Amino acid sequence: MSDRTWPAIRLVASREIQRLLHSKAYIVTTVLLVAAVVLGPVALSLVGGDDEGQQVGFTPAASSLTAGVESASAAGGTDMTTSAVEDRAAGEQAVTDGDLDALVDVTGAGTEIVVDSSVDPALEATVAAVSQQQTLTAAIEELGGDPAAVTGSVAESAPTVTALDAEDEFDPAGFISALATGILIFVAIMTSGQLIAQGVVEEKQSRVVEILLSTLRPWQLMVGKVAGIGLVALVQVVLVVGAGAGTAVALDLVDPDVVDLGATAAWAVVWFLIGFVTYAFALGGAASLVSRQEDVGAVLAPFTALMMVPYIVGVSIAPYAPDSPVVTWLSLVPFCSPLLMPVRMAVGGVAGWEVAVSVGLALATIPVVIWLASRIYAGAVLSSGARIKVKDALRAA
Amino acid sequence: MGTLEIDGLTKSYGSRKALRGTSFDVRSGEIFGFVGSNGAGKSTTMRIVLGVLMPDAGEVRWAGRPVDHALRRRIGYMPEERGLYPKMKVGEQLVYLARLHGLSKAESVASMERWTSTLGVDERRDDEVQKLSLGNQQRVQLAAALVHDPEILVLDEPFSGLDPVAVDVMSGVLRERAHAGVPVLFSSHQLELVEALCDRVGIIAAGAMDAVGTVEELRSIGNPQWVVDVPGTGDASTPAWVPDDVRVVGRSGSRITFEPRTPGSEQTVLRAALAQGDVTEFARVRRPLTELYRDVVRVDADRPTDPTTATEASA
Repeated sequence: MSDRTWPAIRLVASREIQRLLHSKAYIVTTVLLVAAVVLGPVALSLVGGDDEGQQVGFTPAASSLTAGVESASAAGGTDMTTSAVEDRAAGEQAVTDGDLDALVDVTGAGTEIVVDSSVDPALEATVAAVSQQQTLTAAIEELGGDPAAVTGSVAESAPTVTALDAEDEFDPAGFISALATGILIFVAIMTSGQLIAQGVVEEKQSRVVEILLSTLRPWQLMVGKVAGIGLVALVQVVLVVGAGAGTAVALDLVDPDVVDLGATAAWAVVWFLIGFVTYAFALGGAASLVSRQEDVGAVLAPFTALMMVPYIVGVSIAPYAPDSPVVTWLSLVPFCSPLLMPVRMAVGGVAGWEVAVSVGLALATIPVVIWLASRIYAGAVLSSGARIKVKDALRAA
Repeated sequence: MGTLEIDGLTKSYGSRKALRGTSFDVRSGEIFGFVGSNGAGKSTTMRIVLGVLMPDAGEVRWAGRPVDHALRRRIGYMPEERGLYPKMKVGEQLVYLARLHGLSKAESVASMERWTSTLGVDERRDDEVQKLSLGNQQRVQLAAALVHDPEILVLDEPFSGLDPVAVDVMSGVLRERAHAGVPVLFSSHQLELVEALCDRVGIIAAGAMDAVGTVEELRSIGNPQWVVDVPGTGDASTPAWVPDDVRVVGRSGSRITFEPRTPGSEQTVLRAALAQGDVTEFARVRRPLTELYRDVVRVDADRPTDPTTATEASA
């Protein structure tokens, strides 16, 4: 290795970086990914507010119940919007039209809930409690007592609940961050791997590689290319992960006790790097076997398939059933782990030894992939024409 | 300064022998023309010199030392199959290539500016290579071979596809580089050009050098030809006065071209001609390289060892 090695690799890498930074495709992809992780949660939180709440109308006679029902439902975690209606008839019409889910009225016979077909039990309980409370308060006042003191004593007598086998709470934040991690890592590795493959073939197809290799060694060209494209892709991943995590924090979407956002983000970046290096060399080596851009897809097909399996398992099974054996085992296998393990880790509950085994195996695979890919590349990159067999490329190297 | 020695290169592709002991040398300050049929082994030889291909046997030396990776970055190379990044700008591309060959950024920019001006593509520095005409792409390709101020030039058909003006520019550049002490090895099918430009010529056929030398030396290969003209001596294909120890190879009017069968027999012809009347012309024929080349290749094609070698007309 001469003292000219690193300057040469740096030159190759910086050419790739400039090429990408001037590429519209790269900029558009980055902007779209960042927009997706920022605008997605924002839109969800806006839409979510309207969707689940019940619209409850109160007649003038029942208006004294409004404040009580509002605060009781807020305390109970039910989402409810209250409104005043002119009179019973208007309220009933609104219920029939579907503008209101329920109408509360107070008649001589007592408190009445008008609904279209059936009443939401939580609403019924809330209205009943508030109505009873009001009646009770009036009675206590009539008897000369202090309603507030009585209410306090009543509240204290409420039972506390002790669950012996607490049900796992489904955590939407963990689910979404797992899904986003899985998609992001797949998209980032796939696009950057494709860029490397196309770059290799562009040099081969244009025959510029012959000039390059009269001054560079094949591995220097390959390493420079992977380093340059990798750096740009890493910036993209960090931007997207940062924007996603930042949005989650800003919108208060994540409960820090349940999901460790910082660790999830850091692991996503680490796994991207491991996956990128593995696939970058594999795809670069494979691409050197063909001489035309039209043939790139075919020669990369086995690797694309190899990426699709953990990706699909990662986004379709892992977030829902992180403990499924398929997920557990695949997440330990090199080539699959970078696309699957970060999804599991985002969901949470992965044992430390599993992470260690998975990272260890993936890292151990990298030198083998680099060695094989570099040999294939060196043996194939200068032969133009028909697709070269792997066997022949290895022999020529 | 030294000599680029190509010594005993052999290379086989499967059962096909592309090179079988190719040897010649190119001296410092010399323009060496490398000619031969398609498939004779010119490009294979040049690619081995540049290290993009490994020979099965043999060695390339510069100033007595085997050419290694460090020295190769001091060679300017124009590959047979042209190649530049199609979507990279001319100027950026040349600077990039100069820097890959070890020049500093400032040196690279200065050199890029100098060569694009010299080769007449300075107006196109900010254009992508793919937007240039083929002729201009060729000029940029030559600039790519020259931009790192190489100590040795190896150019595979630098003249193909150039217009006459560009041919003059390119010839001038090669002469100037040779004058500066650079050994210039280039291949071409344009034999008139090779004859005009080269100090020495090597003819390769079927992977081995058939003839190496100055054009003058090549003329001495095979039988020398003479021409004699005695006006008014009839138009028979071989006039009766011509002695038997020469062979008449051509005739136009009274002008006869012949090869002596024994050394000195051209003098017998001259005496016989003077006996016929006034001799208006008597001279040794300066055969053009094209003809010499055809002779060499024809001899080669007659050789039974390699039936694949085709004789072909010069481009």
